[in-house]
Formats: sequence, C-alpha cells, structure tokens
Amino acid sequence: MYDVVIIGAGVCGAATARELSRYKLKVLVLEKEEDVCTGTTKANSAIIHAGYDAANGSLMARLNVRGNEMMEELAEELDFPFKRIGSLVVSRSKEDMPKLRELYERGIKNGVKGLEIIEGKRLTQMEPELSEDVVAALYAPTAGIVCPFGLTFALAENAFVNGVEFQFNTEVTGIVKEKKGFTINTNKGSCRTGYVVNAAGVYADKIHNMVSKNKICITPRKGEYCLLDKCAGKQVKQVIFSLPGKYGKGILVTPTIHGNLLLGPTATDITDKENVATTREGLSEVISKAQLNVKNIPMSQVITSFAGLRAHEKGHEFIIEEAEDAEGFIDCAGIESPGLSSAPAIGEMIADILRKKIDPEKKEDFVARRKGILMPESLTGEERKQLIQKHPEYGNIICRCEMVTEGEILDAINRPLGARSLDGIKRRTRAGMGRCQSGFCLPRVMEILARQLETEESELTKMGKESLVIVGRNKDRL
Amino acid sequence: MKKYDIVIVGGGPAGLAAAVGAKENGSDSILILERDNQLGGILNQCIHNGFGLHTFKEELTGPEYAIRFIDRVNELGIEYMLNTMVMEISPDKKVTAMNCTLGVFEIQAKAVILAMGCRERPRGALNIPGYRPAGIFSAGTAQRLVNMEGYLPGREVVILGSGDIGLIMARRMTLEGAKVKAVAELMPYSGGLKRNIVQCLEDYGIPLKLSHTVVDIDGRERLKGVTLAQVDERKRPIPGTEEYIPCDTLLLSVGLIPENELSLGMGIEMEKATNGARVNESLETSIEGVFACGNVLHVHDLVDFVSQEALLAGRNAARYVEGKMERRKEEEVRLIPEDGIRYTVPGCIRLSNMDDVLTIRFRVDRVYKNCFICVYLSGQCILRKKRPVAAPGEMEEIRLSKEKLLELPTLTEITIKIEKE
Repeated sequence: MYDVVIIGAGVCGAATARELSRYKLKVLVLEKEEDVCTGTTKANSAIIHAGYDAANGSLMARLNVRGNEMMEELAEELDFPFKRIGSLVVSRSKEDMPKLRELYERGIKNGVKGLEIIEGKRLTQMEPELSEDVVAALYAPTAGIVCPFGLTFALAENAFVNGVEFQFNTEVTGIVKEKKGFTINTNKGSCRTGYVVNAAGVYADKIHNMVSKNKICITPRKGEYCLLDKCAGKQVKQVIFSLPGKYGKGILVTPTIHGNLLLGPTATDITDKENVATTREGLSEVISKAQLNVKNIPMSQVITSFAGLRAHEKGHEFIIEEAEDAEGFIDCAGIESPGLSSAPAIGEMIADILRKKIDPEKKEDFVARRKGILMPESLTGEERKQLIQKHPEYGNIICRCEMVTEGEILDAINRPLGARSLDGIKRRTRAGMGRCQSGFCLPRVMEILARQLETEESELTKMGKESLVIVGRNKDRL
Repeated sequence: MKKYDIVIVGGGPAGLAAAVGAKENGSDSILILERDNQLGGILNQCIHNGFGLHTFKEELTGPEYAIRFIDRVNELGIEYMLNTMVMEISPDKKVTAMNCTLGVFEIQAKAVILAMGCRERPRGALNIPGYRPAGIFSAGTAQRLVNMEGYLPGREVVILGSGDIGLIMARRMTLEGAKVKAVAELMPYSGGLKRNIVQCLEDYGIPLKLSHTVVDIDGRERLKGVTLAQVDERKRPIPGTEEYIPCDTLLLSVGLIPENELSLGMGIEMEKATNGARVNESLETSIEGVFACGNVLHVHDLVDFVSQEALLAGRNAARYVEGKMERRKEEEVRLIPEDGIRYTVPGCIRLSNMDDVLTIRFRVDRVYKNCFICVYLSGQCILRKKRPVAAPGEMEEIRLSKEKLLELPTLTEITIKIEKE
C-alpha cells in the first residue's frame, strides 16, 4: 500500500515526487514510457518565463512567478544548468504599442520584477541582430533558459535517492475508487494507494475521467521547432518573443542552455496524443516567422527539428486541485506553458495539498543536494588532468561534436534512474545531440550501453519498447 | 610542453599522406594525432574495392589502401598518437589535445596540417518532416555498423541521396541480406560516380528515382515506412506524386560537410562554396604555416586525389618549417570560378611558391554535356579542354604551367569557366 502514487514522470510528476520525498511517505511514480522526461517535458522551448503572460490572479501567473523565483536555488541545490538571460517581447508595429504596455502592466500586477519597455538605440545595443522592423520591446530580466531534461532528471534522481520508487513501461489502465484510497490497474499489475496525483500530461484527461464524473478534455497542441548548430547560438543573447499581434502568435528565437539556437514553436491543435511528427508546413512556418524578428539566422545550420505536445485545456489554466467527486485524487492537469517554469512551484503546491490531508512526518535524513553528471568541460585543464589520471574514461571522447567522454556516459547509465536507451544517454549527456546527430558516436555509445547493461547490441533501443536500433547480424537470414 | 615541427590533425588518408610527404621532404619531427583507435580513418569501413587505381594502378579495398600508407608511415618512423582528441589549436599553433593516458596536454608546433576529414549531413539539415523513430541512419554510420561491427541496421531499406556512400551502401545492404527498395535523389542527376550507379544499383536492379525526395516519415518506435514524392525544378514536392514505401530503415546520403570546427576556432578564413579553408598554391590557409588537405579542405570523390593533395601539403609544411617557403610580399593571383564552376582549390596562387605545374581542382554546378572547360588569363584563353560530360559528382581538374603564367607580368586574375560548343 502506497501513500501516494504519482502518474507521469514528466517535470511535474518529478517535482511533486521530490517535494513528497521530504516526508516519511511511501511514494510511487508510474510512467508509461521507459524513462523520465519523455512526453511534454521532452520537447518545448526550454524557457523559464518571467511571468507577465498569464492573466492577473490566475494560478498560472502565481506559479510561474514563484517557479521562476525558485529556479536559481534549485539549480544550485540539484546541479542542473540554468541561466537567467532575460527575454524581449518585440513589437514590429507602432500600433501594437498599447498591447506591449498592457503586457507590461499585467506583468507588474503578477509581481514580475525588473520589467521595462525598451526602444530605439538601447534595444539595438542589447540585441544587435533584431530586425529593423522592431520598434520596441518588453524586457524581462528574470526570464531564463534551462535544460528541461537536466531539470527533470535532477528532480527525479533526487526523489529516488530519497526513497521514491519509480516504475517505467507501466501504463495505467484503470483506477478504482475504494472505500479508502484507490486501486490502480496497470499493464504490469495493480497497486493500492491512499492518494493519486494525476500528472499525466496530454493523458491527464484520460486519467482524471477514470475517477471523476466531471469530465475534462486535454487537447494536444503541437509545437514544431528547429534547432541550429552551436555556431549559430550567439545570434541572440536573450529569448526573443513575438508580441501576439496582427501577424498572429509568433515564433520565438532563443539561445539554448547548451549554446545552440532554437526556433519555434508552431501551435496546431490535433487529436492524436502520440503525434509528435513534424510537418512540412510547420517547419516552413518556423523558418519564415523566426526571421521576422531576428536578422541573419543561418538556416543552413539547422541540425534537427522536432515537435512537442502542449497539454491544453480549454480554460487555459492549470488544474491543480482535488477532484470534487474523488477524494484523494489530485489533478495536475492542463499544464501547458508556462508549465516548465512553474514546475517547482507546482510540486510545492501539490505537496502542500497532500500535506494538509496526510500530515506526514518530516524525514530527518532527507538529502536535499544532488550532484549532476560531471561535465569535464567545466573543469580547468589541471583539474581535468587529475580527473583523467584517476578515471581514464574521462579522457576518452565518444561524442566528438559535444565532446562527451566515456566517463560521462558511464555515469549516465550507472547513476540513480540511469539511462537504458540511446535517447536516455543523449538526454543525460548530450552524446548524439550535436551537429552530426549521432552519426559518429552511435556505434560507440551502443557498445558502451550493451556492455553496461550486459545485453546484446541487438536488444538496445533508441527509446524503449519496439524502437530497436539494429535488427540483427549481417547475413543472418541469407 | 612537447614540441614538434609538424603536427598533423587526423590519421586518415589525408593525414597519413601528409605525414609521408613531410617526412620525404626532410622533416624529422612529425606527430600525427588520431581520435580513433587505429590509423586509416573512414577507409577502414570502406571494404569495397575501387581504391588506388590512380595511385597504385590496381584496385584495392579501403583497408588495403590505408595499410599501404600506414606501413609507409611506420617504415619512415613517423610518430602518431591514437585515441587522442584535439580540443583546440591556437593561432600560434599550440595544439591542445586529450587522451586517457596523458589527460589534457599541449604541443607546440611550427606547422600544423589540418586533415580532420568530413562528416555526413544529418536529417535535420534537410528538414524532412515526420516522426523520429529508430531506423534512420546516415549512410556512413550504417556502413560502420555493417562493415566493422557486423550488425544489420535493417531489412527493408530506402536510401535518400545518391552520393557515393549511399550507392555503396545500397549494394552492401543487399549483399548482407536486406532488400533495398529504392534510392531517391532530390536532384535530376546523381551526386555519385557513374561507376557506382552501374555497379551498385543497376547490377542489383535497385531503382534510382531522380527528382524525388522523402516527404514523410512514418513509425513512432521503429521506422515503418517513408513517403516519397517527385519534386519540381525548384525542388518542391509535386502533390499527387506521393508514394508510400514500407521499410524499416532509411539511410541518408545527402552530403558531406568538412569538419572545420578546429579551423574556425583558430580564426582561419573559410570558403563558402566548399565549407573548407581558403588556401593558396601551397595549400596553406589564411594562417601562415597552417595547411589543409583532404576532405576537410573540400570533399573529394576519390581517395587517390586526397593522397596526392595531402602529399603536397606535407611537402609544403616541411618546406615552411625549413624556411624554404618564399615569404616576400607579392601580389596573389586570384582564381575566379565563373559560369558553371562552383569553386577552385586552391583559390589563389603566389607565383614565387608555385610548382612548375600546379593542379587546380574544382566542381561544376550541374551536368554539362559536350562542354569546354576554359581558362582565361586577363581575358586571354590559354586552355580549352573538351569534356563530353561534366557533373557535380565528379571532381574536375586542370593543370596550370608556371611558365605560362610568368609570361604575363601584370597577371592578377585567372578565370575558369564552362563554355558550350
């Protein structure tokens, strides 16, 4: 019997798990995929928004501002990369100035610090590659960029170290409300729990509707992106948003925490919750609209494109509450942008709701700090030399584009909730994420992963399930 | 800090030949730095034949070709370090490298030869829409998996791009028991060598679909199929021509990009058309004493020409170290690629350092039939070479004689262009 079962190991599930791991509770996270961070959390703009966007008084506004405030300390405590680089919402038309001011006012009311409207020379000094058409911008110094994988792995690993259980490849097929608590049925059997947290992303409606008569509906809203090589990463210094205006909702241009340039997203409502295919139309929209606000983007440097799904609920508001007709069932639904920014605050809020209900005892031995995968790049030459003397595998570069060593890959596999697939290694270490997109390192990463998992290369997957990397041996069917 | 006269970055065909060239021209202090665990570079995974026809007048496989140069490097006692990654090179030729035994270390060189080779363009560079399942490989990655690791990447294959690696892999996958259903090529002509189209596709009945591309990728976990469509003259898919081909593997052979991150880090000037360094007649880059050769300079079709070019780069580096390279200020003669010529290597000539005969290599921008490759010195045609066919997939060359150039004392530009009959 668990105290709490969290459904979904995305950033909200992980943040909740980590908050709950402060208490003497038996907590289980169920995830239908093979790893943490494989759904909505995997593919988004990787931005920690300042918080001027959401309506005054909304949960979105409150949790965004709070999540943003928490991020610095959390990044330090859990050792994941985060940079407060600031953002600019740019306007290309004088007519849109009132809208920019409206956004400014809203931000002030939401409690966003340091907002400023910037025009003219100062704006070009701040961002020399802005298009000549840009007339003004709302500057938010508190906006930042993060690695969504880094953030989520940090939260999940820390929760795990503090006793939270994780079960992967486990899909919830039904939830039965019992007299006390719930029975959760999955493809891997069933379990009992006192409380349920529904952090199932685009599937949060399916999970919610299993226990509640007040049906909700989550629409997957697809966003497509293009990622450019690091040589393009300095095109802009801060996140450049378009003011939603007469050109429709814009495409953002931002450096990523690892130094690439990211363009996107589009916004298309779809029905298939697994449809993360990019489209010709979507990618051309990204490419053409990105160039409206920023000049000279070297489009020949695109190294990959991808699509993610926002978990959109028609009210466009986070639903974080106990379901009215299912006591003990806590929803964490409709978590679309600014969901990533808000995640730490969402975790806190859900833990608060549960704390009031369960009144759990605090753990004395809670480990608040977590050490991420060592990045030799961050060391001085001398420190690196010493590291390699002790651990020679840190001298062996496996991914030449991102300069990832064997040491980092071994760490990614062997650490708590370690990688089990090629994508798992990629998201933890960046091996295969660079300009050749794993062309060179794939065979070498396969060899290391097979060795560590003590399995055959032919059993390895890109991302779990049926995603086998190779099909067999040469001439095996001749 | 260790010191060498010449540090060569890369132990593939270019680096090996450069080392031999330097040693044979008197340099005794040479170090090759190779990131892989053996010398030979990509040749080691090219187990098909067709290498060495120009150099050795016989048909060798890639590893056979490589071992001839490796043996020569060993005979000459040239030093090399394996499993060693060059991290950075400073403009004053301090090379920072790393390996498991020495950690991070520095080497001061008098001359540097860049021979890092190239990488394959990934799917993203083409913005091919669709899912991102397992089963999509660049052709070279598949080649390594099959030829060096013994793994079969898939059983039913579509290949996008008819570059040489794609063509070679069509045959290889067939021989290893896979069914290659089609090779699609965006352009109206193949980017590969004619002999590869015949020997790798036609001989096995594999259809080559020119002016076709992949417009959708199906399959969420492992690839299930791709949709091909015909494209118009502006390379846009033509609606109504879509054809779904079930397959579990898509190989991409859609172009090679010289690996110039180290060169860029040094501040070397690049040539847009080649993605390689801009070099003079000595294959010297914009930084004095830094030379480039092989696929890092411009992508070659035949390794024989890589070796030829690299031997010269090695020789010139040795000359440079010896102080034998003419350093007096002089007007460079620029080579101007015009009508139909995409680029030339080298891009400029200093007559004082020019050999009696200099080979100029270049590519044309599309297929030309019955054309002439013409060279003009200040408006005067000095060469008109007839070509029954010139195609972007086959590198062209001409030879310039120094004597001829010296006849014109005011020469500042040499123009190379394609002319029709």
